[in-house]
Amino acid sequence: MALDLGGRILRSRTVAALASPHGIDRYLTQINPMLAAHEVRARITDIHPEVSAPGAPRVATVTLQPTSTWRGHRAGQHVSVGIDTGEGRRTTRVFTVSNTESKPGEPLTITVRAHEDEHATPYSISKFLTERATVGTLVHLSQAEGDFVLPDRVPEHILLISGGSGITPVMSMLRSLQRRTHRGKVTFLHWAPSADRQIFADELDEIRRQGHGVDLHILHTADGAPYLSPALLEKLVPGYREVPTWACGPASLIEAAQAAYDGTESLRVEYFKPPRTAGVAGGEMAFARTGKSVANDGATILDQAEAAGLTPESGCRMGICFSCTTNKSSGRVRNVLTGETSELPDEQIRICVSTPEGDCSVDL
Amino acid sequence: MTTVENTGNRRLSPEELDAFGAEMEAIRQRIVADLGEKDSAYIYDIVKKQRAFELAGRALFYLPVVGWVPAVACLSISKILDNMEIGHNVMHGQYDWMGDPHLNSRMFDWDTMAPAENWKYGHNYMHHTFTNIVGKDRDVGYGVLRMDEDQKWHPYYLGNPLYAFLLMTFFEWGVAMHDLEVDELVAGRRTWAENKEIGARIWRKVKKQTMKDYVLFPLLTGPLAPLTFAGNFTANIIRNVWTFNIIFCGHFPAGVATFSQEECEDETQGHWYYRQLLGSANITGSRTFHIMSGNLSHQIEHHLFPDLPARRYPEIAEEVREICERYGLSYNTGPLHQQLLGVFKKICKFALPDRKKPAAAEVRSAPALEGVAA
Ligand code: FES
Repeated sequence: MALDLGGRILRSRTVAALASPHGIDRYLTQINPMLAAHEVRARITDIHPEVSAPGAPRVATVTLQPTSTWRGHRAGQHVSVGIDTGEGRRTTRVFTVSNTESKPGEPLTITVRAHEDEHATPYSISKFLTERATVGTLVHLSQAEGDFVLPDRVPEHILLISGGSGITPVMSMLRSLQRRTHRGKVTFLHWAPSADRQIFADELDEIRRQGHGVDLHILHTADGAPYLSPALLEKLVPGYREVPTWACGPASLIEAAQAAYDGTESLRVEYFKPPRTAGVAGGEMAFARTGKSVANDGATILDQAEAAGLTPESGCRMGICFSCTTNKSSGRVRNVLTGETSELPDEQIRICVSTPEGDCSVDL
Repeated sequence: MTTVENTGNRRLSPEELDAFGAEMEAIRQRIVADLGEKDSAYIYDIVKKQRAFELAGRALFYLPVVGWVPAVACLSISKILDNMEIGHNVMHGQYDWMGDPHLNSRMFDWDTMAPAENWKYGHNYMHHTFTNIVGKDRDVGYGVLRMDEDQKWHPYYLGNPLYAFLLMTFFEWGVAMHDLEVDELVAGRRTWAENKEIGARIWRKVKKQTMKDYVLFPLLTGPLAPLTFAGNFTANIIRNVWTFNIIFCGHFPAGVATFSQEECEDETQGHWYYRQLLGSANITGSRTFHIMSGNLSHQIEHHLFPDLPARRYPEIAEEVREICERYGLSYNTGPLHQQLLGVFKKICKFALPDRKKPAAAEVRSAPALEGVAA
C-alpha cells in the first residue's frame, strides 16, 4: 500500500511539474538505479546456459528482476534491452520475452543467442549477455511491445511454427498455455540446425513425453529433415490454412510460411529483422534540406536517402534506437514494423522503418 | 565589417586552406576514435553534481534567513551547470554516441525558457553554420544590438548599452524570443504563420518553467514562499548574467573577425575551419572556470568541433594553438576581464555612428590583440 501510494505520488502531475524538464526518474536514478517512476530498469538475477556445444554459438536464458514500473507482458511480446557494454556506450537491441506471461513487477526472462553484430559498438549485445554479463548487471528496458500475441480466448486448435532462436516467443506462448491449462490442441513445428544446437531441449523432451495436447515436431535440417512447404504442412496438419497460426523465425522460414498460407488470415508472423522492402513504389521522395529528390521505389526512406548519396544518421536500422529520427514535413508514410500509416505534417519519424506512400518530403 | 585584415590576420591561399582544414580534420578524427569511458564518466559526474546542487538549493530554502544565500548559490550553480556544461553541450550532440536517451541531443531539454527544439535550429544550425557571417548569423547582435559596422547605424542603436544590459539580465528570455526573429517579422521578411509553431513551443516551455520556479517550489515552502520566489528569481538572474558574459566573450571581443556573405560563397572545408577560428575567442581561466562556462571558454575549439565532448577542448586547444602559430594566424584569448572589456567597448562604440577613421587602426589598438601573438 505504502509503496503504491509512493508510486502514485511520484507519477503525479505535480511531481512532474517540479522535476521539469528532466523528469523525476533522472533524480531517482541518482539515488538508486533500481528506483523509477516511469522507466523500466532491471538487474540480472540469473544466467542459465541453454546451448554451449563446441562450435555452436552460445545461447543463454537471462532472468531479469525489473523495477516496480514493469507492467508485465503477454506471451510473444518483446522488449528493448539497453546495456552499457563498456567504453561509455549503451547499446540497445530487441529480444523476445521467453517466460510465461508476467504481471506487473514480476521477473522476466530473455533467451539470447550470441551473434556478431556489425552495427553494435563496441560489443554485440547478445555476445555480452551470453559471455560477459554477470548476476547484478543493470540493464535498461522498455515496456513489453508487439502484437504477436495469443488472443485472450485461445482457439481450439492452434499451430506454432518457429525456426532457430525464433522459438523464444513461441515458447513463451506454449508455456503460458500450459499454465492457463489450455485444453485444446497445439501443433508445434520447430526447425533447428541439429540436436546439439537445440534451445530448450530438455523442456521440449518433457513436453513430448507428457503430451498434454501438444503435438511436437522438431525438424533438424542437418539430419535431412524437410523444410517448410505446403505439402509438409498438409501432411502434419491437414487443413492447416484454416488453423490459426503463429510463426517466428528467420526471413527464409517466414517467406516460406507466407507462400504456404497464400494470404489467408490465419497466419501471424514475427520477423527478427524488418522486411527490407515493404513499401509501395510511386510518387516522389523529396529531401528538402539538400534539395534532392528521387522517384519513390518503395524502399525505406533511409535506404532511398543513402541510394541518393546522402548520409543520414542511423544506428540499429530496425526502428529501436531512434538515431535516424527525422522531421517529415509532408506526405504519408507507412511504418514497416506495424503497417500503420500516418500523414501528419511535421512529424518525427524513424526513417529506417518508414516507407513513403506517394509524394513525401523529409528534412534531410 | 571587422575583416580578417582588420584583425591583423592574413588570408590563406587555397592550398594553405586545404592543408589547414586537413590538420583540423585529423584532430577531429583522432578524438572521435578515442571517445569512451572517460568522457561518459565525466558527463555522468557533472550531471550528478548538478542534481546534488539543485536538491541542496531547493532544500536550503526551508531554512529561514541563514539558508537563503547558500540556497541561491547552490541553485545558481545547478542552473549554470545545467545550462552550460550539460544542456548546451548535450544538445550539440556531443554525447549522442553514448546511446543514453537522456543525454541525447534529440531528447534533452534544459532548465531555461528556450525550448530545446527551437534553440537547436537557431543555434546549432544557423549560428554554427554561418558563424560571424554578417546578415546570416543571427547571433551577431541577436537582432537587438549593433555589434558590427556593417549593421547600418540608426538612432535606435544609441540604446545599445541599455539593450545589452537588459539582454544580459533577462538572457534566457532573450534566447527564447530570439527564435521568433521579431526583427525579421517587423521587416516583413517573416510571416506570423511561420512563427506559430515556434511561439507555441515557447509558450508551453515558459509555462512549465514559471510554474515550478515561481509557483510550485515557493508554495511548497509555505510561509517562506516570498523568499523562495525571490531566491529562484535571483538564481535565474545570476545564471543569465553569467551565461551572457561567457557567450558574448565568445564572438565579440576585440580582434574577432566577421565575414561577408560573398567571401563565404562556395566555401571549402578549410575556409569553414578558418572562419570558425577567426570568428571566435577564448577566455583563460581555471579548471572550475572552464567547467562553469561549459568549456565555452574554449569557444574557438567549440566552433571548430561543436559536436566533440567539451571536456576535450582544453587538450585540443594546445594543438590548435600550435597550428595557428605555424599558419601565422592569431589565436584570440585572454582573461575574462580583458575579453569583457573588449565586448563592452564594442557595445558602446557601435551605439554611435561610425567615425570616419580607418577601421584597421582602430581595431589594432584594442587591448585583446596584445595577447594574441603569444
Ligand atoms: S536507425 Fe535505429 S531507429 Fe532508425
